[in-house]
Amino acid sequence: MAVKVRVPTPLQKLTGNRAEVEVNGKNVGELIENLEKDFPGIKERICDDQGKVRRFINIYVNEEDVRFLKQDATPLKDGDEVSIIPAIAGGSR
Amino acid sequence: MSLKEDQIERYSRQIILPRVGGKGQEKLLGGKVLIIGAGGLGSPCALYLASAGIGTIGIVDSDKVELNNLQRQIVHDTNTVGVAKVESAKQRLNAINPDVKVKALNMRLTSKNITDVIKEYDIVVDGSDNFPTRYLVNDACVLEKKPLSHGGIFRFDGQAITILPGKSACYRCLFPEPPPPGFVPSCQEAGILGAVAGAIGVIQANEVLKYILNIGDLLAGKLLVFNALDSSFRQVKVPKDPKCPICGEKPTVTKLIDYEQFCSIKKKKEE
Repeated sequence: MAVKVRVPTPLQKLTGNRAEVEVNGKNVGELIENLEKDFPGIKERICDDQGKVRRFINIYVNEEDVRFLKQDATPLKDGDEVSIIPAIAGGSR
Repeated sequence: MSLKEDQIERYSRQIILPRVGGKGQEKLLGGKVLIIGAGGLGSPCALYLASAGIGTIGIVDSDKVELNNLQRQIVHDTNTVGVAKVESAKQRLNAINPDVKVKALNMRLTSKNITDVIKEYDIVVDGSDNFPTRYLVNDACVLEKKPLSHGGIFRFDGQAITILPGKSACYRCLFPEPPPPGFVPSCQEAGILGAVAGAIGVIQANEVLKYILNIGDLLAGKLLVFNALDSSFRQVKVPKDPKCPICGEKPTVTKLIDYEQFCSIKKKKEE
């Protein structure tokens, strides 16, 4: 099923400057793999060497952080909206 | 404290608000707010807080005003280019409202000095521009149990969250560790529209006013995400993380850390 993914500014270089993309996936782990197929290089920005989501990036299904759901196994259904939200630091000087 | 006649006039448009009133105005005049960074976020935040009559505003910054700051750092102006940002901000805030006592703190925050700096304030506003300071401010506020309004901007994205230590999620519950040096484009490379910084800085000011007035719901336990390109505001939930490195059940961060500064251009400049 296709899920809408909101891509944060720092990763939009990899999605052809698109802030929103549609990707298939039964769960969050599958979605990340399919994102990587469509936009090579995006997975290593989101995940570390062990394939775990980096500690300064969160993935939300609708309003919920998947860390507090079932992480990669968090199921997705039609109409869900996934957001990738990184820590940002600008203040700005 | 009772309001003088000119204060009743000055603040009349907020005193007539049902949730504010004279009592609320007295709370604001008794309020003490520390703003970290007199930059893109700190500028609009400081202007609104001073205008609203926050009695004591501390401002921390170690930079001087540069011409390229003025596009977004609206507390400064052409005449204060070259002046310490905290002095420039103090002049402007005093000119807006002589009721406000402005403390200009021309310094860099470190693990050694931050606790003393934040101690005397009711709430802290983080408008800094780098991860090491942001994690330092979060950790110090958690350890001192000091409420914190966090705001961040990057190009067309903005974020804000309010942290009530012990009660709501802290910044490390949201993002446990800062990105490694060099992972994120440096501040100078990124670019920003002044109005995007303004939107988030004003939200931080609004959080501070609500906190001091004790009205409404704060952005505690939720992250506000602003996208300037589609003008969307969204909120996601931020639960307290039992595994949080600083406010969780088994904290691993038990003292303040000075992370490596990774805005490399800036680092060179300071050396």
